This record gives sequence, structure tokens and C-alpha cells, in this order.
Amino acid sequence: MSTAKDRSPAGSGLNDDIGEQKRLALYRSQVRLREAEQRAFDLFLQNLVKGTSHLSLGQEAIAAGFAEAMVKGDLSFCTYRGHAHTLARGVPVEKVLGELMQRDNGLMRGKGGSMHLTSEEHGVMGSYAIIGAHLPIACGAAWRAQYKGDKDVSVCFFGDGTTNIGAFHEALNFAAIWKLPVVFVCENNLYMEYTPIGDVTAVEHPAADRASAYGLERIVIDGNDADEVYRTAQKAFAKARAGEGPSLIECMTYRHSGHSRADPAKYRPEGELEKWKLRDPIKIYRERLKQFGVSDETISAIDASVLKEVDDATEACKAAPVPPEEIIFTDVYANGGWAWRN
Amino acid sequence: MAELTYRDAVARGIAQEMARDPDVVFLGEDVAKAGGVFKATVGLYEQFGPLRVRDTPISEQAILGAAMGAAMTGLKPIAEIMFSDFFAVCFDYIANEFPKSRYMSNGQTKCPLVVRTGNGAGSRFGAQHSQSVENWCMMIPGLKVVAPSTPLDVIGLLAAAVRDPDPVIFLEHKSLYATKGEVPDGEIVDTLGTAKIVRPGKDCTIIALALMVSRALAAAEILQVEHGIDCEVIDVRSLVPLDTKTILGSVAKTHRLFSVEENPRLCGWGAEIVSIVADEAFYDLDGPPVRITTPHIPLPAADNLEDLVLPTPARIVETIRRSLGS
Ligand SMILES: Cc1ncc(C[n+]2csc(CCOP(=O)(O)OP(=O)(O)O)c2C)c(N)n1
Ligand SMILES: [Mg+2]
Repeated sequence: MSTAKDRSPAGSGLNDDIGEQKRLALYRSQVRLREAEQRAFDLFLQNLVKGTSHLSLGQEAIAAGFAEAMVKGDLSFCTYRGHAHTLARGVPVEKVLGELMQRDNGLMRGKGGSMHLTSEEHGVMGSYAIIGAHLPIACGAAWRAQYKGDKDVSVCFFGDGTTNIGAFHEALNFAAIWKLPVVFVCENNLYMEYTPIGDVTAVEHPAADRASAYGLERIVIDGNDADEVYRTAQKAFAKARAGEGPSLIECMTYRHSGHSRADPAKYRPEGELEKWKLRDPIKIYRERLKQFGVSDETISAIDASVLKEVDDATEACKAAPVPPEEIIFTDVYANGGWAWRN
Repeated sequence: MAELTYRDAVARGIAQEMARDPDVVFLGEDVAKAGGVFKATVGLYEQFGPLRVRDTPISEQAILGAAMGAAMTGLKPIAEIMFSDFFAVCFDYIANEFPKSRYMSNGQTKCPLVVRTGNGAGSRFGAQHSQSVENWCMMIPGLKVVAPSTPLDVIGLLAAAVRDPDPVIFLEHKSLYATKGEVPDGEIVDTLGTAKIVRPGKDCTIIALALMVSRALAAAEILQVEHGIDCEVIDVRSLVPLDTKTILGSVAKTHRLFSVEENPRLCGWGAEIVSIVADEAFYDLDGPPVRITTPHIPLPAADNLEDLVLPTPARIVETIRRSLGS
């Protein structure tokens, strides 16, 4: 399986197409996702994060790069591995950790759990735990935009393993024939839960090598380089907003943690993780900033302010009460209740 | 007042709602240019155009998923699944996505959509195109489930379903498409969650749904004329929400309950109603509630075999007559 290709920083200085402000935002976002995910893992080990959790450690450049290219009104459709995508749209760390810790201050007050993070006010239209389910749903949101003449783009994130379920293929064909403003983002982290994707897929690139079947361009990018992700996203969004239809983007990446909870990921060949850690997206980006002349102080200040947000969030969540029992029966139906009979 | 077929009532109901609200859109396989495989959506494409009435590929998951995404973000989609049996290939949306999104998101996510489908037997299509799947849907918290038996109810309940803010499964009975009924002119809007007493009586209550309503009525006529048994027949119409008041009120009056269900026996909707009656009206009963259902088998295709397994007026008459000991 081919991995990320080497890429020297594009542009010649801070005033290239991305610019200083956006670069600092991309860096901050990635560090924030890293710290929040690391904290979620620590809290899991302390038994303060309950149920399950799926981390994006190592995959931060994708969530950050796409979110920074999105504008207000654009919609994100995420998976159970969706903490990063939710945070990247600006949802406070406290809201996400609160949900993971089953507290009343959580994003959904403990009614959804870690796999279903949703914050419509931030354009996060749900995190979906049935593989592939949200690809058609993202098509529907894009159909609404097309029908109403709205200019927003629906962005749908999923893993390599998702390319082998029927809904993936139904959604791609559907989006292509209706020319929908939807961008499908495959995060190829080389594994489904535990099985290497190459063992169970007929083509080398599980998403990109299927693109031609739907008349789409074959796109494989380095998912650990936030600049490359950001630029690719911008291009795809411009195409979608211009009414030129969907894109399918395969981002090569690697998760540093196990699949979920405390999975030790024993199924990985020796040395694979270490090799990928050399291409840690945050390491890459910190070096990028330095090449562009950003000072160590600026970088450290970002690191410190992110850490403070995560620390404050952790304390707030630890102090927050569990959800009240009466919400068990709310919001089954649109009238706010659960009555199924008179 | 005009006489209308059940099939034409579907098109009229959809047209009524699409004309009222530009956010109502309609999608499904062969529904637009071809007017639907049951010809229940003829004329909609011509009237509302290709942006609002859309043919889809054979992609049931894409149809329901797209309906959901559109509903979440401001449209009011009506999606057609050609045969209700095909719910099995897109059941994720029916079981996991539509009904759970509002709850899981603590009330953030809305899902105002209608899934219309051809349900039920009588067309001799065999075990994969003839099922009555209302119980597949009724068991899922968060859904609403409706099954009209007349052209008038098709229009009124469809309008109510489209205007309802929750996901509604709208089960049209394939064997009723050609049946006719009187329908007044003008806008028709009914109320979900209301059963209808379609024949008042005093000796026993028969609850029925969709195609079984006319069979229950035919049986009631025979029981009256030939056996002097005066049956009250209730068209349940809406399984969720369920109008238990009308049913319990009837049982309090007649003291006997019979259900006529097209679905295979186990976990049929009648079982749930019988359990409610047993819980809440046990002392109103003068005898055991009796369920008249299709046996617990896949449906056979041949005319004579399918006819034998569905509840018939004769079987209803026989069961009630024996139970009442007359
Ligand atoms: C329909 C369905 N099948 C199986 C699962 C169990 N499952 C959860 S995550 C996962 C692996 C998905 O792999 P991929 O799409 O590569 O995403 P990743 O977890 O690597 O981000 C599986 C099989 C599921 N949730 N839904
Ligand atoms: Mg994967």
C-alpha cells in the first residue's frame, strides 16, 4: 500500500495562498484536536469516559484542514470517530468531553454518547455509527441546498472500511447523477477495526480507485499534511458551490491509537506505528510554521492556550452533574415527549 | 363529491400537499416520468416538474438516506419504496436513523418525512412482494405508522403525515389501489392517531387495518344477517400513535374483542392491542380476545393458496360465531 508522498511546503512564505492567519488557525485546530483526544484517552483510562470512544489521534490534519476550509453554513456529517470533526467546527471541548463523560453539560446531555456527537448550530449534523449510513444522508442535505439554491456544501467523513458497504456506492452514484454539492472524504487509516483494508478490498485505493465508476476524478492526498488537505478541500468546495457536483477525496493517514477504547492494536506489524509517527501531522505542521518563520513563542503560546482550554474543560466536566432522569422521556417525538398512544 | 380510486387518491393527496408547500418534494423509483409501478403517482411529474418529482436509481438506502438529509435541513420529502418488503434492504434508516436522530441529539435534529410504500398481499406476487410489514415498523420508538383503508383516508392521512413533524411510515395496500370511494372536493386533512368506528355494534368489537377492514365489514354483515350478532368494526388506521381510547371504549361496550390482521401471527399489531386490553380492560371482557391472522408462514404465490392463508370473511365469521357460542 502506498503511503503519503513527500511534499515540500508549498509557496515561498507566509503570504502564499494559505497565508499566516489560516496557517496559525490550522495549527491551533490540530493541536486542539490532539490535546482533546489525548485527554479523552486519559479520562477513559481513569474510567471517567464511559462506554466507548474512537480517537482520531494521528488523523487531525484531515478534520482540521476540511473544517478550516468550510464556512458558516457548511454541514459536516461525521462517524463514531467524530470527536475531531465536531471540535474542528468550533464546538467547545467541554461540550464534547462532557458527552464522553456522560455529564449534563455534554453536547447532548448524555443521550447520544461519544458516537453521536451533534451540534447543528456549528453545522455538525450528526455522527453516525452505522457504517455508511451518513453518505446518503449527506446527499439529502446537499439535495436541499441544490433545490433551494443555498450555497452550502455538505461534507461527509468516513473511513477506508466504509468503501465496501453498499450505501457508499449508492450514495456516490446518487450524488453524481444529481450533481449534488457534497464532498466525500475517505480517511484511509489502513485499517477497518482490526483488519488491514488491503486484505478485504479489490483495489489498492479503496475510495479513489472506485471514483471512475461514478465518473469522478481519482484523488489521493497526503492526509497528514494540513496544507494539502486544506487546498484540496477548497478546490472541492468551489466545485460543489459552482454546481459542478460531488468530489471523492481519499486522504492517506494512520491512527496512532487503537480502534476504540483501550484497543492495544496488536494486529499492526512491528515498526508501522513508529514509521507513521515520523509523519505525525502536528510535527509536520510545527516544522512548516518554523520554515515560514513563525517564532517558537507564537507556537508555544498556541500550545499553552489550547492546553488551558482542555484543562478547564476537564475540570468543568468533572464537576458537572450527571443528566437528570426526566430527560429519558424527552424528544422521542417532535412534540418533545414519547407518547405513542392516547 | 367525486368517486375516486385509492390509487388516484394517492396522487391527489401528494398533489394537494405539494401545491400547498414548496418544501414538499417527492422521490422514488419509476415514480416521476412513469407515474409509479402501481400508477399511483401519475401526473405529479407533469404538474410539479423534474425538480420536485424525481426518479431515482434502484438504491433504497440512497432514497431513504437522501430523504432524511433533506428533511433534517428543511425540506419535507415524500419517499416511495416500491414494495414494503424492500424495507429490509434499507431498514437502517427506518430502524436506526429516522427514529433515533432527534432523541440522540437531545432534540436538535428534526426528521419530518413520509415513506410511502405498497404493502400487503392479494396480487399473487409471492413471499417477497406481498408481505404486511406494519409490525416491522410499529415496534420502533420514534416512528409513526399509518395504513389507510379508503380513498378518503388516503388523502386525509397522507396530508396529516406530510404535515407531521415526525417520520411517518405510510402503508398503502396494493390490493386496495383499484377500489373506489366517495371523496369530497377541496382540501382534505385528517388526524394521525385516530381510529374510526366504521360500523357500530353491541355484541363484539372487531379491529382491523387496511385490506382487512373491508373483510371485517363483510363478515359483520353476514354475522348480523345470518347469526344475529351485532359487530362493531373499528378501522385502526394509525398504529402509532395508537388510538387506544376508541378501542377500549368499544370493548367496554361490547365486552368481546377480535383482531383481523394480515401479518403473520407472531408480534402482529393485534397482539399489542390485546395486551393493552388485557391490562386495562380485563374486567370488561366476557371472554378471551381472539386474534385472526395469517398463519406464521411465508406467503405462497398461487391464487388458491394465498386465498387460504389470509383472513377471509368466512374465517372471521366462523371464528366469531364459535367464540360467541352461537
Ligand atoms: C454496518 C456496520 N457494520 C459494522 C460495524 C462495526 N464497525 C464499527 S467501526 C468499524 C470499522 C470501520 O472502519 P473504517 O471505515 O475504516 O473507519 P475507521 O474506524 O478506521 O475510522 C466497524 C466494522 C458498524 N458500526 N456498522
Ligand atoms: Mg479505517
